[in-house]
Order: sequence, then C-alpha cells, then structure tokens
Amino acid sequence: MDLRYTADEIAFRDELRHFFRTQVPAEIRRKVSEGRKLGRDDYVTTQKILHEAGYATPNWPVEWGGRDWSPVQRYIFSEEVQACAVPQPLSFNVNMVGPVIATFGSEAQKARFLPPTASLDIWWAQGFSEPGAGSDLASLKTSAKPDRDHFVVNGQKTWTTLGQYADWIFCLVRTDPAAKKQQGISFLLIDLETPGITIRPIITIDGGHEVNEVFFDDVRVPAENLVGQLNKGWDYAKFLLSNERIGIARIGLTKERLARVKRLAQETPAGEGTVWDDPDFRRRLAWSEIELKALEITQMRVVAAQRSKAADKPDPSSSILKIKGSELQQAAAEMLKDVAGPYALPRPEAEEEGLNLPSVGPEWADAAAPLFFNTRKVSIYGGSNEIQRNIIAKAFLGL
Amino acid sequence: MDFDLTEEQGMLADSVGRLLADAYSDFGRRKAYRAEPRGYAAANWTAFAEMGLLGLPFAADDGGFEGGPVETMIVMEALGRHLALEPFLASVVLGGGLLRRLGSEAQRRAILPRVVEGEIVLALAHQERQARHDLHDVATTARRDGAGWVLHGAKGVVLHGDGADRILVTARTAGARRDRDGISIFLLDPIAPGIVRRGYATQDGLRAAELVLDGARLPAEALIGPEGGALPALEAVAEDAIAALCAEAVGAMQALLDMTVDYLKQRTQFGQAIGSFQVLQHRAADMLVMLEQARSMAMYAAMMVQEKDAAARRTALSAAKALVSRLADQLGKEAVQLHGGIAMTEEYKAGHYFKRLAMIATLFGDADHHLRVVAASGGLPETG
Ligand SMILES: Cc1cc2nc3c(=O)[nH]c(=O)nc-3n(C[C@H](O)[C@H](O)[C@H](O)COP(=O)(O)OP(=O)(O)OC[C@H]3O[C@@H](n4cnc5c(N)ncnc54)[C@H](O)[C@@H]3O)c2cc1C
Repeated sequence: MDLRYTADEIAFRDELRHFFRTQVPAEIRRKVSEGRKLGRDDYVTTQKILHEAGYATPNWPVEWGGRDWSPVQRYIFSEEVQACAVPQPLSFNVNMVGPVIATFGSEAQKARFLPPTASLDIWWAQGFSEPGAGSDLASLKTSAKPDRDHFVVNGQKTWTTLGQYADWIFCLVRTDPAAKKQQGISFLLIDLETPGITIRPIITIDGGHEVNEVFFDDVRVPAENLVGQLNKGWDYAKFLLSNERIGIARIGLTKERLARVKRLAQETPAGEGTVWDDPDFRRRLAWSEIELKALEITQMRVVAAQRSKAADKPDPSSSILKIKGSELQQAAAEMLKDVAGPYALPRPEAEEEGLNLPSVGPEWADAAAPLFFNTRKVSIYGGSNEIQRNIIAKAFLGL
Repeated sequence: MDFDLTEEQGMLADSVGRLLADAYSDFGRRKAYRAEPRGYAAANWTAFAEMGLLGLPFAADDGGFEGGPVETMIVMEALGRHLALEPFLASVVLGGGLLRRLGSEAQRRAILPRVVEGEIVLALAHQERQARHDLHDVATTARRDGAGWVLHGAKGVVLHGDGADRILVTARTAGARRDRDGISIFLLDPIAPGIVRRGYATQDGLRAAELVLDGARLPAEALIGPEGGALPALEAVAEDAIAALCAEAVGAMQALLDMTVDYLKQRTQFGQAIGSFQVLQHRAADMLVMLEQARSMAMYAAMMVQEKDAAARRTALSAAKALVSRLADQLGKEAVQLHGGIAMTEEYKAGHYFKRLAMIATLFGDADHHLRVVAASGGLPETG
C-alpha cells in the first residue's frame, strides 16, 4: 500500500497544472475561484483550449478523441482542472450525452454529433427532470408519439441547467404509455431550434439565471434522433448517471475554495487582528480540511478499485462521494460567507444593471452569500442526499 | 412564573398579526413593496403608525405607549412570520432606542413624536469595515469646529440607511480606535453637505446604505448624549436589537416550518406524499425541536434585556443570539433541502425565508462571536 502518487503520476499532474495555469485565461479562472457566474463564452473559450490539447474528452473512446489514461490519470485530470479553477468541460456534453452516443448511438449519430459535442460547437442541455418527476425520475410524462418518420413530442422539462445557451437537448421521453414506469422510456436528441419549443428562465435564490423550464408543444423530431433502441432509454440514463462517478465529489474545487477561505480570513480584520487569528475559526476550517482529506483518500480507493471492476455496475461508493462531497462544498461556501461577516449582506443591484460602481465591501464579499445560497443545490440535484442514503441502505446494506 | 401574555399584549399580538397577514396576504406583494422608493410599503408604515406600533417602546412624554421588550417581541415575531420589509428594527429599536436613552428632552421632543407618527424614519450608522462585531471599534472621528462638529469616516451596512430621514452616527470624540471611552453619537440629516450616501439592496431583499462622512459639519446640538460616553447606551441598544432579531427569527422559523410541513403533505413522488417517508418526518420533527428551543431563547432574551447588571445582561443576550443564530441557520437549510429544487427558486417563498434567516444569523454578531462572549464570561448568569 502506498497512498502517494508515483513519479510518473506526479509528472503527469505537473504537466496538466502548467497547462491549465498558462493556457486558460486568468480572468476566467478568477471567476471560477470566486464562485461567480460564467458566461457562455467563458465555457466555450475554455473548452476549445482544452479540446485543442486533447483534454476536453479524455474519458471518451480513443477513436473519438478520448485518451488511453489509467483511472488514476483520469482522476488526477479531474482534480487538477478543479484545483486550478478551470471551468470543467461541459458535463452535459462530455460526461453525459457524449459517452451515451459513443456507446449506444448509430454510426451516423456518432459521426454527426461527437466531434461538435467535444469542441462545444453543439451545446447540450439535459432534459430529464419534470415538475412531477424529480427524485422519482421514472414517473416522467413528456410523451413522444411515432408519426411516420418522426416523433411528436409534448410535455415539459424543468431545471434545465444553462438551457438558455443550449443548441440541443437530450431528453428522456415516454414512448410506451402502457408499459410499466421504467420500461416505456426512450432517449431522444432534440434540436432546440425546432418549432414548438419554448424556454423560460427560472431565477434562483442567488439571483442567477442558471436553470430553465422547457416546454414542448407538438414538436416534430426526426426518428433518426432516437438513441439506441425504442423503450430502452432508462438503461442509457442509468449508464449516463454512473459516468458521473469520477469527480462528483468535487474535491479539487473544495480544496481550492478552502485555500481561498484561508487566504481571505488572513486578510479580513477582526478585533486586533484578522479572522484567521480566531482559534474557533481555524478549528472549523481544520475540520473541513480533515474531512476533505478522508474523502480524497476514499475517492482514490474508488479509483484504484475501478482498475479491477466493471465500471457500469451501480456502486455505493458514488453515493458516499456524493453525500460527503456535497456537504463539504457547502461547508466551504458557508465559511466564506462567515468570513465576509456583516459584508455578506450587501447585494448591490447596480452590477445587474451594468453600472460599474465599485463593490460595497471587500471586493470578493458580495459574491459570498450568493455562493452560499446557490450551493444548497448540490445536496438536492444529481440524486438528492436522501436518495443517495436510500441507495446505500438498499443496494449496499441490504436493508 | 408566567409565560402568558397580558390581555393588552394578547390584543396587540392579534391586531399586528391581522395587519401583517393582510398586508402580506400574497407573496407577490412583497416584490411590489420592494419596488417602492424606500424599498418597503409606505402604506404599511402608515398603518403601523396608526396602530401605535411605532410608539411602543417610548415614554408617554415622548409620544409613546410605554411598552417593554415583550411588546417588541410580539411585533418582531409577526414581522418575521410575514417576512416584512418595513424598518421597525432600524427606526424604532435602533435609532429610537438610542434617542430615547440618550437624547435631551428637547432632542427627544423634536424627533420622537414624529417617529411615532411614522413621519420620520431613523437609522443607526455604526458598523465600520474593520470593526466586524466589536461595538467599541470606531475609527470615524468628530472634531470640534467652533461651536459645532466636523465628522470624517465611513460607515457600512446601515440598515435601512438608504431611506432614513435622520441617521444616528457613532464617532470618536476622543481616544484610540478600540478604546471603550471616547465614543459619541450624533444625529444627522443624510442629505446635508459632506455626506455621501449609497443605498443598495441586501441579500434578504431589505435595504441598507454605505455612508461616507467627508468633513460633514454638524451644529452643537447634533451631539446626542454625553460626549465620549455613548458606549453603554450603544451596547444596551445592540442588546435590544438582539432580542428583537431573536423574535423575528422565531416568527420566520415558524412560518418556514409550517410551509415545509404543508409541502411534505402535498408533494408526491414514488406514488406517495413525500411526508410519508419516515426519514423526512424525523427531519421535520427536528425542525420543530429547533423552533421551540429558539422560541424559549427569544423569551429569555426579552426577559434578560431588562436586567440591570450589564455583564449578566450581555452574557444572557449573547447566549440567546448564539443559539438562535445557529438554529435559524440550520432550520433554514433543512427547509430548503426538504423542499428540493423548488426552494432554490426566487419565485417560491421558502428560499426568501432561508435567506433572511441566514442574514439574521449574522446581524449583530454570528453564533461563533456570541458563543465566544458566553465562554469568555465564564458561563450564564443564574436566573430566578
Ligand atoms: C440548480 C439545479 C439544477 C438542476 N439541473 C438539472 C438539469 O440540468 N437537468 C435535469 O434534468 N434536472 C436538473 N435538476 C433537477 C434535480 O435533479 C432535481 O431537483 C432532483 O432530482 C430532486 O427533485 P425535486 O427537486 O423535484 O425534489 P423532490 O424529488 O420532490 O424531493 C423533495 C424532498 O424529498 C426528498 N425525497 C424524495 N424522495 C424521497 C425518498 N424516497 N426518500 C427520502 N426522501 C425523499 C428529497 O431528498 C427532497 O429532500 C436541477 C436541480 C437544481 C436545483
């Protein structure tokens, strides 16, 4: 047993680190570090830089631009992207729909979609959740009825992240209303330019526009956009979700955020000194660092185990990583808000109106509370933490 | 021992409850109120004045109704329950609290009756960037200038300072930044020369302002209370504010628990109400435990704020704020989690309660700060 990286792995990491720090614009990395909203261009610019260097889709099959990396290398990649505050390649493209098309799609679909998906010339949105189908995703109602060489889609998707930037959406749709829940579902690719689609913004409590509602009203989708077999969509969805396993804990990001909390605590006056002089605060930060270290090692154990296991089986470890990883992301955001103290309160709206007034408090502080509010989502989405506990209890503990 | 309200207090609770239930009957109205010039409903403020709420803590000679901390608790709890925007805390508890304690008869007579009538809104400008939660940390200076005063410095996060008609400002007339002596209070009209005011919204939808005092000249009579000796009154007012915020938190926590329980009963997933899942039932039950613990501490705060022994009073109020801050924050997070995605939206009310509770947890010192005060004092005073 040796928990340290080999010399080769360290060299690999250093090479990535150098690349990220020198090639990805500092301005974009600063936004990620401060938890500020990224614009469409920030994602596209970054993904194109990574794509050029062969770093956008390392987890894809080699023939479609993937890298023949070991699980440890993939893990290092994912952590290093986050630790360098680089926007991750768009998950909907590279972790979700890309691997599904590469694995279950037709040759024509692969040729048509995979290259622009990798380069982000097509921006994908994820159309799974519906108002009535959240945790119980299989109860989804959006229907697709065959009509000669088309499907006619009716219904509503919701929580569609960054749908306002998207060109296409991959949807779970009900194609057999008579079949039992999971069985009548298909996986359909829909061009968002198609007539009958309406996208409406949902503003979140931090004031941001990152999610949307998408309405389908007699939307005609060519039959060739069905992925894999009719009524097998649930299997593809499960495959897709299991692909999120690496990086779901966002350890690199939390590490970066905790380091920033520490730095800002040292700069923020309190009493005779700074927030950092307060032993209670240091204790709290230390706890998070300790828990994060444990999670990092847990994550590495999972990565190491992947070398010998079939990767498409459900695995309780992804639930462990999701629960603990989301809690630590939330703890880091909360500490940042607490460092800001009274200056967590101001929420100058001038920024939204495009006036360039200076920040009210310390330059970073007005983003602290919104990040704290926004980060509550991480224990809700991607399978809520309650659902993850159900999975551990049922699938792993046999209760 | 008696936890019951008097008959008058019961009537106050009923009428303020009805007034607010009416004014905030639909959550959409809150958004409309926010868009008004001062960031709250002018009509509500008038209604508060007509009901006598704005005169509650003041002496009859000042135009008030001689109420005590229990009356303030009743009003603040109702404001919290409806997530009201109006500046009761800023004007009546903070600004009015200082003026009634420190003002000369002439100063009180000139201002307080108009505060009671709702004609003048007060605010307190005390917070400075470096001071964090330490009340005695004041860098702003006031120097004698002929018969009057000249003020230099910057004040931040002045609650409702944005729309206030008069602002009470703390400034140092003697001593070094962190000395307990040498702090004085001045009453100023924020549109006077030498004062730059920048108003803005706060994370919870209320209003605040930054104030820059760049050689603002004030007449001699702007000094409120003893020169250099304002800290004890300032501390007492901060303690009033803590008691008031604890009550507001309890009102908001109650409303948030109620709406969470309703939602658990309505929302179905997997073919059943999510409230039928035992794990969520226990979480809701724990929220009730939190609420009742917080309520007890808000009552304790209302009682102890009248304690004569300043050290005992301070420890007690810190104890209340430490616990209420922690529980307000926890209950808010739990409510969001139990709702799922819908609580993350601006459109649904739960998220707004969560945000206000998070801000209450920070105002006048967060849980860590007050826990430190209690620990440093060696523990809670004996009561009985
Ligand atoms: C910011 C954000 C972005 C999102 N982005 C996307 C996206 O791009 N695409 C997409 O398809 N979806 C997206 N989602 C949707 C997300 O996956 C759902 O919010 C999630 O599945 C939870 O569903 P829900 O919000 O309807 O909550 P519900 O399922 O109604 O859950 C409410 C509460 O009940 C609990 N609960 C539910 N069932 C059980 C049970 N059996 N046992 C115990 N507790 C239970 C939950 O844990 C939660 O606490 C996003 C959500 C958010 C908040």
